[in-house]
Amino acid sequence: MRQRPAPERGLKSRRRLLFIEPMANTVKAPPTSEITPESAYTDRRRFIKDAALFAATAAGVGGSLLWATHTWRSRPPADAATPRSPAAADGELTFSPGHFSTTEARTPFADVTTYNNFYEFGTTKRDPSRESEGLRTRPWTVAVGGEAHKPRQLDADDLRKLYPLEERIYRMRCVEAWSMVIPWIGYPLAKLLRSVEPTSNARYVAFTTLLDPKEMPGQRSHVLDWPYVEGLRLDEAMHPLTLLAVGLYGRMLPNQNGAPIRLVVPWKYGFKGIKSIVKIELTREQPRTTWNEAAADEYGFYANVNPEVDHPRWSQATERRIGELGRRPTLPFNGYAEQVASLYTGMDLRRFF
Amino acid sequence: MAPRRRRWLKPAVFAGALVPLAAILWNAARGNLGANPIAEALNELGLTALVFLLASLAATPVREIFDWPWAVGLRRMFGLFAFFYALLHAATYALLDQGGKLSRIFADVTKRPFIFAGFAAFLILIPLAATSTAAAVRRLGFARWKRLHRLAYLAGALAVLHFLLRVKKDVTEPAIYIAILAAFLLARVVLLWRKRIASGRVRGLEQS
Repeated sequence: MRQRPAPERGLKSRRRLLFIEPMANTVKAPPTSEITPESAYTDRRRFIKDAALFAATAAGVGGSLLWATHTWRSRPPADAATPRSPAAADGELTFSPGHFSTTEARTPFADVTTYNNFYEFGTTKRDPSRESEGLRTRPWTVAVGGEAHKPRQLDADDLRKLYPLEERIYRMRCVEAWSMVIPWIGYPLAKLLRSVEPTSNARYVAFTTLLDPKEMPGQRSHVLDWPYVEGLRLDEAMHPLTLLAVGLYGRMLPNQNGAPIRLVVPWKYGFKGIKSIVKIELTREQPRTTWNEAAADEYGFYANVNPEVDHPRWSQATERRIGELGRRPTLPFNGYAEQVASLYTGMDLRRFF
Repeated sequence: MAPRRRRWLKPAVFAGALVPLAAILWNAARGNLGANPIAEALNELGLTALVFLLASLAATPVREIFDWPWAVGLRRMFGLFAFFYALLHAATYALLDQGGKLSRIFADVTKRPFIFAGFAAFLILIPLAATSTAAAVRRLGFARWKRLHRLAYLAGALAVLHFLLRVKKDVTEPAIYIAILAAFLLARVVLLWRKRIASGRVRGLEQS
């Protein structure tokens, strides 16, 4: 079938080329010593072609694998160290040290601002820091009302100045079994709630995140039932540990961390800390909460950090502190049992998880 | 037409297959794996293993459908790379993530369905990797070897289940892998069926 002797057959074919073909030629042939053997140039052409095919295939296979496994995504954005706040220039906040701060090592700013669960901007940890640039936090209005005698609408810039800001260095335990230590800037939620004078009917507080698929691209897919809603019992909301945060690391909140205003409840799993709040409403009934509605058997309304009650799919007994190699034991109420355990006396925490 | 020789193909695929590992090591050394590097490395190694496992299952349908006989020549390499990355994934979990604490690993495997599924998939890959040589095929006999290696489909199903059960809410990606695996399985079934019809082993269908 082959028309030509296969050059790669080596010595045998080379001998044929060198000795047989010139003899068969009737035209006077140059001395055999001057003929470049065919195999030499076909081999070389083949070699170049094969080398090119090798390189292209290897690059194609390697590149496809990196693409399929999102290894490209693991590269941090070039400006990971700069806060993505629209007001980065005037982002410095004035504050004083507050109560309840831990002396544990703080998680680096770069990690706090590039490892986020904020599904409004995508479902990977990297997405929020990359996709939240388009969120406009000015102007921004927060409606505080419901079962209140003096409901009010507040601009975020005014809300920030309503009470003296304090720094609270809190542990943050994610339901996914990792944790951070974050220096938040804010004031107790209780101060704001008292200012609207809750009625005697108020039993719970419901929170709502902004709904704007244009500025929050993650809301274009129906991963969760948008807008994100969260809730607390009124006594939990009034607890001095519960913080309305407007900043971290001394500056205004970066978008990916929930600008311009978010909730921080350090004894509960991180998903309770609703971000980019537009509405705070006092209610009679227990409000619906987003993750509870997404998977009621996995995410309860209370969501208190509890090493004894596992998530159905993974253990909550230990956690990885971001930046540490090993795992550390998870503490009941994330180490704030002394302050908050009394809120739950007589409650079955396995049932009300 | 005589089959074209592709002496560059296997070395090229081999080199490309090492790229994810090189990228993980490079990123790890430069601190580029993000805030939770162990979780990141775990995810990337696991996904790479899954991609190779599915690639090994793709070889036969691809050969049949596109008439690419060389695809089957890559199957063993794909399977062995699936095992290689699964081994690195499992070792990262056991040694780095769980600190080698056997009691904790045992509790995880027995109590968590998603870890059990991943562990079972990995266990299945061990005998398949061990019998990947030509000598093993001779020793077992081709029919028995082939039956044994059909377990790769079970490993693939367990691996995508492992992925599906792990994600918190967004199941898009595991769903894509499930669809791919299902397509390969369907292709195998259809091809088998057509072969049987062609060889007249399915009676009563020739007339219809």
